[in-house]
Amino acid sequence: MTTAIAAHPADAAARERAFSLPLEAIDPSDPNLFEHDTVGHYFERLRRDDPVHRTHSPLFGDFWSVTRYQDIMAVDTNHAVYSSDWSQGGITIFDRPIDERLQMFIAMDPPRHDEQRKAVSPIVAPGNLANMEKLIRERTCMVLEGLPRNQTFDWVEHVSIELTTLMLATLFDFPIEDRRLLTWWSDVATAAPEIDKSKVATQEERGVELLKMRDYFTRLWNERVNAPPKTDLISMLAHGPSTRNMGPIEFMGNLVLLIVGGNDTTRNSMTGSMLAMHRHPEELAKLRANPALLDSMVPEIIRWQTPLAHMRRTALADAELGGKQIRKGDKVIMWYASGNRDDGAIDQPDRFIIDRARPRQHLSFGFGIHRCVGNRLAEMQLKILWQEILKRFPVIEVMGEPTRVRSNFVRGYTSLPVRIPA
Amino acid sequence: MPKITFIAFDGTRHEVQATTGLSLMRAAVDNNVPGIDADCGGACACATCHVFVEARWADRMPAVSATEEEMLNFTAERREGSRLSCQIPITDALDGLTVSMPEGQH
Repeated sequence: MTTAIAAHPADAAARERAFSLPLEAIDPSDPNLFEHDTVGHYFERLRRDDPVHRTHSPLFGDFWSVTRYQDIMAVDTNHAVYSSDWSQGGITIFDRPIDERLQMFIAMDPPRHDEQRKAVSPIVAPGNLANMEKLIRERTCMVLEGLPRNQTFDWVEHVSIELTTLMLATLFDFPIEDRRLLTWWSDVATAAPEIDKSKVATQEERGVELLKMRDYFTRLWNERVNAPPKTDLISMLAHGPSTRNMGPIEFMGNLVLLIVGGNDTTRNSMTGSMLAMHRHPEELAKLRANPALLDSMVPEIIRWQTPLAHMRRTALADAELGGKQIRKGDKVIMWYASGNRDDGAIDQPDRFIIDRARPRQHLSFGFGIHRCVGNRLAEMQLKILWQEILKRFPVIEVMGEPTRVRSNFVRGYTSLPVRIPA
Repeated sequence: MPKITFIAFDGTRHEVQATTGLSLMRAAVDNNVPGIDADCGGACACATCHVFVEARWADRMPAVSATEEEMLNFTAERREGSRLSCQIPITDALDGLTVSMPEGQH
């Protein structure tokens, strides 16, 4: 079942190739497959023929690809065997020299992970989300009201980036006029110059930009550590017992985590939601007829988009997984983008169905102790965006194909041309 | 079929007839009780089926496992009696059980 994907040109050839290559030649980490959005065929082949698959990649070395939903769940919930710790290799497919690895709580095992996560998680607790709803709605209305009419513009730039960056600036209590720095640092943090030089050309350049980020935030930290505790993330880190003594490396790592986690992911789900509706007009019609479907549409968008394609673990011990023998030290990639298309776990997974049964059962947030801390905030942002779109715009036209990020980690868009008729 | 009552954060009471052998989470979800999200579908992997159980019922259900403890550790309103409802099988001994729910699941 590939109705949604097969509608695109050149896709049949990609599918033919994915199903005719010898298994040992399949490398699902190839960034070209993500840039051209053909990786789904390769994942489908692997789920069928070799669900836990060994690859030697010229860019990323030896690794296992875990492609089925249940196997991914088994890895994600077994942190005792499958480590996220930066000292072991961290959470992405990239192998950085040890002194370049980001020390952030998503890339830590217990107990340090638990302590640091708890320092920031209250900001996205249910009670606090209720407090933020009004502000998010006001801003969403403001951004939508200001959109150009009767001319083609970029949805990524004007809506997805603007809304998520405003949100992030609020969470950090970051100077609003400088908010696009957050967008820039997020892009730099996830940039991998070995496969895409559009943001930074080298690791050194990336390091220089991230140091600028740390310097900027150090100023904010110094202001807030000497002031009474407030409810923004910097103040929470500066006063939290487990985070107030972080060294500069951990400080930088956790900033990157919070900036990327709160920015890139929701940005790409916002763009993905526009694209999904454009490609499935019957679902948009359903939603317009019954806006109560927003509650299931939002998790369905997050599944359909899967804004982070993978998470990486490193085996701390030998283990068996899907019939394969994993060895201590092996790099294990959980391809959420594949598990979310596994028809062994999700009914008609290639279809975008806004009123599907159990829409929340998807892998996009991960499972287990590293599960996305901001999941309900992201869902609220998407819900409010679509509530306000439905109220205002009977038609939004998608005017061309999106351009995609050249990355096997961030599954996202650099542009999507749209037009709102006057 | 044991009778179970879920009390939402706003005080609304939802009374259901639960099926023995299924989980307390399923008793809520299958009866469309709002406030139990159950994102992982019962794998003890997300903590979005969090409920509060009164102490007097504790010995009629399995103890909190290490995995459940880890997941509960990250809930926003952890307190005495916090449980993940997917880890509690419905038995006849739970007839009359009343549980309450947190403000939200995340």
